[in-house]
Amino acid sequence: MAGLAEISEAVIRGDDEQVDRLTKQAIADEISAKNILDDGLIAGMGTVGERFKAHEIFLPDVLMAAKAMYAGMDNLRPLLIKEGVPSLGKIVIGTVQGDLHDIGKNLVAIMLKGAGFDVIDLGNDVAPESFVETAKEHGASIIGMSALLTTTMPVMKSVVECVEKEGLAGKVRTIVGGAPVSKDFAAQIGADAYGFDAANAVDRVKCLISEN
Amino acid sequence: MRPTVRFLSNQLLEDIVGEARSLLEKLGIEIHNPGILDMLGDHGAKIDRDKKRAFPGGEIIDKALEAAPSGFRLYDVEGGETHDLSGHNVHFTPGSAAINVLDYETGGSRRPTTEDYVRYVKVVSRLPHLSSQSTALVPADVHQNISDSYRLFLSLMYCSKPVVTGAFTIDAFNIMKDLQIAVRGSEEALKAKPLTVFSCCPTAPLKWSDVTSQNVVDCAKYSIPVEYISMPLSGFVAPITLVGSLVQHTAETLSGIVISQLTNPGTPVLYGGSPAPFDVRYETTPMGAVETMMIDCAYNEIGKHLGLPTQAYIALSDAKLLDAQAGVESSMGATLAALAGINNVSGPGMLDFESCLSIEKLVLDNEICGMVLRMIEGIEPREDFPAQPRFEELLADHHLLISKHTRRYLRDEHYIPGPVVDRANHSRWLEEGGRTLGERAHAEVERLLGEHEPTALPGDVRKDLTERMSVEARRHGMTSLPHENL
Repeated sequence: MAGLAEISEAVIRGDDEQVDRLTKQAIADEISAKNILDDGLIAGMGTVGERFKAHEIFLPDVLMAAKAMYAGMDNLRPLLIKEGVPSLGKIVIGTVQGDLHDIGKNLVAIMLKGAGFDVIDLGNDVAPESFVETAKEHGASIIGMSALLTTTMPVMKSVVECVEKEGLAGKVRTIVGGAPVSKDFAAQIGADAYGFDAANAVDRVKCLISEN
Repeated sequence: MRPTVRFLSNQLLEDIVGEARSLLEKLGIEIHNPGILDMLGDHGAKIDRDKKRAFPGGEIIDKALEAAPSGFRLYDVEGGETHDLSGHNVHFTPGSAAINVLDYETGGSRRPTTEDYVRYVKVVSRLPHLSSQSTALVPADVHQNISDSYRLFLSLMYCSKPVVTGAFTIDAFNIMKDLQIAVRGSEEALKAKPLTVFSCCPTAPLKWSDVTSQNVVDCAKYSIPVEYISMPLSGFVAPITLVGSLVQHTAETLSGIVISQLTNPGTPVLYGGSPAPFDVRYETTPMGAVETMMIDCAYNEIGKHLGLPTQAYIALSDAKLLDAQAGVESSMGATLAALAGINNVSGPGMLDFESCLSIEKLVLDNEICGMVLRMIEGIEPREDFPAQPRFEELLADHHLLISKHTRRYLRDEHYIPGPVVDRANHSRWLEEGGRTLGERAHAEVERLLGEHEPTALPGDVRKDLTERMSVEARRHGMTSLPHENL
């Protein structure tokens, strides 16, 4: 019988092959998908997050753990749907219109997926309406926006306004990030949160979802 | 390729050494120790007893240089090897013998206590880029005649790293030697695995005091390594020019090598020093002056040319606080020392002309040491050729964060500093408290103190050391030692 602690350990080591094998085994052992998710995969990622914050491990280690988590999620996803387990949260993410810089945004997307969220990545140069339409279409509760240029930062405000115009304020929360963006700017444009880096963005998203 | 720096042409180096040898032969060296004058006379040196001068000629100097080892190793309290002092190997050690400590709470300097010393030693034990400890503080809460041996005692009790130290009197050498023998178990074991390096200082110009010259002899008798700390002060008690100061440094250091090698051929020595230009405005001896660093690096070249391992007081500052000047001077010195390949680099933690130790600065300097140690590893290909497969991977995956190549070499290629060096983005820095360097360093000091673990020194050896130190303390009227109350 595959132990959930063993799955956690494999996630922490970033061993995707083991996580794949162990989750399949756990499923065969009739452990519930939610149980495997919470006490195996997410528990492992929790430890990874703590070690990352303590500078005991670094970004590549976190991303390897995230990759291992995906391997487990691929096996669990159909069962979670069948069991009616709601997603941890759906997030629409993209670099705002006029901005083609997506390195930071990509990192945030990887980290969010690694934390177990469903991420719909719209890429770069994304129009405000596109963020909001996609969120409505997929029932996403978070819109994450990135900008590297000061000239494209105002687009973030347009997205926030668009969310309000569509009557989604409070239901769809917004988070912003990127090199020129700050906590103050986020407050000015009425965004719900600001993440100073990818790991912090994951923490903020978790807070927004728990508030919802 | 190991990056290096050089200041002397081969010709200039030869000329400096030639002039220094000529000085020793013609002007001689003043030695306030009749026994050593006799010993040098027995080996054929011309002696003028009235003027207390010895005139070692070329033959004696050559004999001494031939006998001196080209390198040696140091071993920690538990007997593990920590240092290979040879070639261009670089090891850092805290600066030495400060009479003040910078008090983090008050921001001012004051006389150090046993508690300060133990805090310092515990922190050093956790700093990976300082390969040795030094007796960096002179505790003011014990009798002055045991303030040297008591430092060594505390160091041996609380940290396993080897110790750069020194005796303030002839008498103190005995207990300091006995403490080392107690750790190793026998004189032979201490000889086989040196535990300390003793700093022995000639007096500028061209002079040895009774105490320091006797320390050289006593160390030699027990094969305890010595670092010679010649201190020419350019423009005051040495010529104003760097070349003239180097001639003086060479002569003084060669005379020290002659004393030790004629006493016991093969005794390990470090070709060291602590020169400085004399500041003609403030009447001070700046350790952070660029000329100090130039003389240090240049005499290191001379030492290497003579086939000897080297030392310098170089990675330190004259600032009074842990400020930008402290960082500039310490890092400039550490960088040059590492490039030059100075084997034992003294200085980290030190401020105010080597008179004040800041434990917070020590933590910052440890990071400077880590950076420069990375730097001298140089730039080497690591599965980088052919380059195409790596770039195919990058173009396909859009990043290399989880590439095997990244994970294999991340920790070797990139030096990742501790939290003292701020590399957070501005928002994160603000969110995490917007702390100053001093605040971050102090937090790190407290964290390291919390992590301290006792060394593996056996209980019976601890007891032996404590008894020996107590006897020494009683000899100077102290019925108890302050460390017993910690």
